Amino acid sequence: MSVVTNTTTIGAIDAPSRRNTELALIVFAVAISVFAYANVGLALNGELPSGMLGYGAGLALLGGVAHLVVRRFAKYADPLLLPLATLLNGLGLALIWRLDQSERLARLPSFAPAASKQLVFSALGVALFIGVLILLKDHRILQRYTYISMVVALILLILPMFFPPQFGARIWITIPGLGSLQPGEFAKIIIAVFFSGYLMVKRDALALASRRFMGMYLPRGRDLGPILAIWAMSILILVFETDLGTSLLFFGMFVVMLYVATERTSWIVFGLAMSAAGAVGVASFEPHVQDRVTAWLDPFAGWGTHEASEQMAQVLMSFGSGGTLGTGLGQGHSDLILFAANTDFILATVGEELGLAGVMAFLLLYGLIVERGVRTALAARDPFGKLLAIGLSGAFAIQVFVVAGGVMGLIPLTGMTMPFLAAGGSSVIANWALIGILIRISDTARRPAPAPAPSTDAEMTQVVRP
Amino acid sequence: MNKPLRRVAIFCGILMLSLLLRDNWIQYARADELTNRSENRRIRIERYAHERGNIIVDGKAVTGSVETNGSDFRYKRVWKDGPLWAPVTGYSSQAFDSSQLENIEDGILTGNDDQLFFNRTLSMFTGQKKQGGNIVTTLNGAAQKAAFKGLGQKKGAVVALDPQTGAILALASTPSYDPSVFAGNSTKDSEARQKLLDDKDKPMLNRALRETYPPGSTFKVVTAAAALENGLYDDIDAKTESPLPWTLPQTKVALQNQGNLPCEDASLREALRVSCNTVFGKVSDDLGNKKMIEQTDKFGFNKEVFTPVRADASIYPEDNRPQNAMAGIGQASNRTTPLQMAMVTAAIANDGKLMKPYMVAKRQTPDLDDVYTHQPEELGRSLSGENAQKLQQMMETVVNDGTGTRAQLPGVTVGGKTGTAQHGLNNSEKPYAWFISYAKTDNGSPVAVAVVVEDGNANRGDISGGGLAAPIARDVMKAVIDSKQ
Repeated sequence: MSVVTNTTTIGAIDAPSRRNTELALIVFAVAISVFAYANVGLALNGELPSGMLGYGAGLALLGGVAHLVVRRFAKYADPLLLPLATLLNGLGLALIWRLDQSERLARLPSFAPAASKQLVFSALGVALFIGVLILLKDHRILQRYTYISMVVALILLILPMFFPPQFGARIWITIPGLGSLQPGEFAKIIIAVFFSGYLMVKRDALALASRRFMGMYLPRGRDLGPILAIWAMSILILVFETDLGTSLLFFGMFVVMLYVATERTSWIVFGLAMSAAGAVGVASFEPHVQDRVTAWLDPFAGWGTHEASEQMAQVLMSFGSGGTLGTGLGQGHSDLILFAANTDFILATVGEELGLAGVMAFLLLYGLIVERGVRTALAARDPFGKLLAIGLSGAFAIQVFVVAGGVMGLIPLTGMTMPFLAAGGSSVIANWALIGILIRISDTARRPAPAPAPSTDAEMTQVVRP
Repeated sequence: MNKPLRRVAIFCGILMLSLLLRDNWIQYARADELTNRSENRRIRIERYAHERGNIIVDGKAVTGSVETNGSDFRYKRVWKDGPLWAPVTGYSSQAFDSSQLENIEDGILTGNDDQLFFNRTLSMFTGQKKQGGNIVTTLNGAAQKAAFKGLGQKKGAVVALDPQTGAILALASTPSYDPSVFAGNSTKDSEARQKLLDDKDKPMLNRALRETYPPGSTFKVVTAAAALENGLYDDIDAKTESPLPWTLPQTKVALQNQGNLPCEDASLREALRVSCNTVFGKVSDDLGNKKMIEQTDKFGFNKEVFTPVRADASIYPEDNRPQNAMAGIGQASNRTTPLQMAMVTAAIANDGKLMKPYMVAKRQTPDLDDVYTHQPEELGRSLSGENAQKLQQMMETVVNDGTGTRAQLPGVTVGGKTGTAQHGLNNSEKPYAWFISYAKTDNGSPVAVAVVVEDGNANRGDISGGGLAAPIARDVMKAVIDSKQ
């Protein structure tokens, strides 16, 4: 876009919208994904996969429609977020399709091909993304729903309690005809809205009206009370549902947002102390967690006797066998991980078949999404937008860290999925919505201030009146 | 609010950086360790993903590969006539690793060996499927079959060597087993293997290489060699100073002969012909333990032999005088493998020159280009050519006119020595029947054989080297000579 010159001194310097950059990047992302899909087909069956055209067209359609909507409804949005999400989603589809072809996984009773379902979920996700952009003209509208979102988040979190646990965790709800949903993924976004709205209002009180205690500023109970209660409830629910990844995620998001809102370092100390206490507490009575800590400390020690350890050992061997450049798509044996190979452990397939180079590329893609999110927070002009953007991108970063760190044996495994990459409807849909909100905030942040109405006595107004 | 935002950005950066570092740690620093862990099934999947190369006898493969279903191991090893070749090839099982040639030459057979590097690189460009190389053995199919046929249902072993090169022509061990029955990784394979392991006859024991027996009277040729080499006696037809009865030194026990033999002052030739214990017991005692050990060392005793399959060391013991005298007639703690006695025979037949035994003639690429050809290697001189010829005369007398007449071959010069080794406390168990022999033509000796039969079923009186073992040796020698024509 050309720079608009104005005779007034309050010049609105029009930022370039970068929509064409975004389009070029989306074309690139779709091309890479189609190439990966073709690569899998050639490696596994020696021919181009029959569904390649449909897959490519579907992905191009999703990316293209999303782009057109952004062009129309969020003209000044960050140009990187949408192509990054498209690329991750497209490569995720290729990886899931690759694991669908595994005979070893097909023998598992719990296994069902997931690629076509994932494409449908991606379409739903993009639809939600479009819905967010069209319906949410301004992200500040969300402020109005601070307490409603609190209620919705709690309902979403409590719901799985009424459904039977699957694979050791009560995090799914089953909707007849639709399949399973993980409400925790949606609660992540909604609770970020609640935190932002609440903290924006109370930040001054929290930061200033506090008592000194042991060198730290402790806020008054009436300021901190409600938010602490909500947070504690969500954590407790998650602990009882044994969804540790998500509770860690909520906690991290809470501390980050509190710190940004109050600008007080003492919150971090406070938060770390609480999380350490919580972690030790949960680990001491929850066998599910103890299993995973054992598996994390020495995965090979439990070979043949301890299921969680053996799976972790398989994951590590997958990574190790991939080496620097990997075996090539379709040519590894990451399906030896068996259960959850295409969900929680999908990064191991990347590690084995695309190698160190591939995993680092994926981590950088995630890192870029986080970076664009934090930039959006920095650029946002309103505290609510700032808090929401940092909350969402912080949560995204923590989720990537917890999942990738767990899979790579850096921290104990907690059981969440790589955003966009892993098979799973709720995750893909919720993360498209998350990207939608970030794009909306970035559009508002980068949108040039409206030019003042041209005035006939523009020259005169330069004189400052006494 | 921007200052905390920047700090949060740095925090997120640290999270990503730690993931990147961790990734480098497991996928770069620890990649080899993780790849090569025994738990890593990929190693075995890769190993059985291609057709394994073959082990070749007489230009024909005795092994093969078949494609299997229902497993991630694509190819399975099969053997043609498994029990016949198992003592040579060993086994290669998807579930239970491998042994012998299958194990030692695994690099060539799987195609991973560096010697095939050029070939591998080439086929990478031509898009050829990966395949293993071949191992060409020195074995002679006819001789191997003759050995197995001769041993039949009896327990025992046969080793035949080419004295001039050291090439192993036959390597039989009975009872044998079929490695094909546990080449896969199913429950059935595992049960079949367990059955073999539990068998009290130990079919998986390679008696030719890994079992040591008291050599009995066949060892007298070694004692005779020591006597000649050390100048104790020069003329094989001159009278020796051998009283009868002869008392074992430092004891009051008279050493017995097997029957009423004309052993008093018998010449070496005569003593070997009728197998006098007294004569050779005294020779061993006269020479002393040290000189006996020196002579056995020259024949290759007292250390392991690699053919390249490892053979146990045969032991001539360091011992006191009476025991040394007994060891001189192949008893006491004197223990040898059938391979070792074949080496002794081969060295004598080859005019004293001991060749290193080997069974891999060539290693080949999948395209049948040779990457390695074995050059016969001299292990050392066991005895002088002159003394070797004297011993040959003595051994030929044994076959022509002594205990080994059943090894005679029409039109061929054969030398040999029988042995009946006592076994068990106070000779309580049934003895081992031994026979060592060589054949000779105008071009030197083409074959030397050692046969041992441990037959618990035969009538005790019938067990003798000449009766049980000599016919087997004769058939093996005949097979080798016939196949050369």
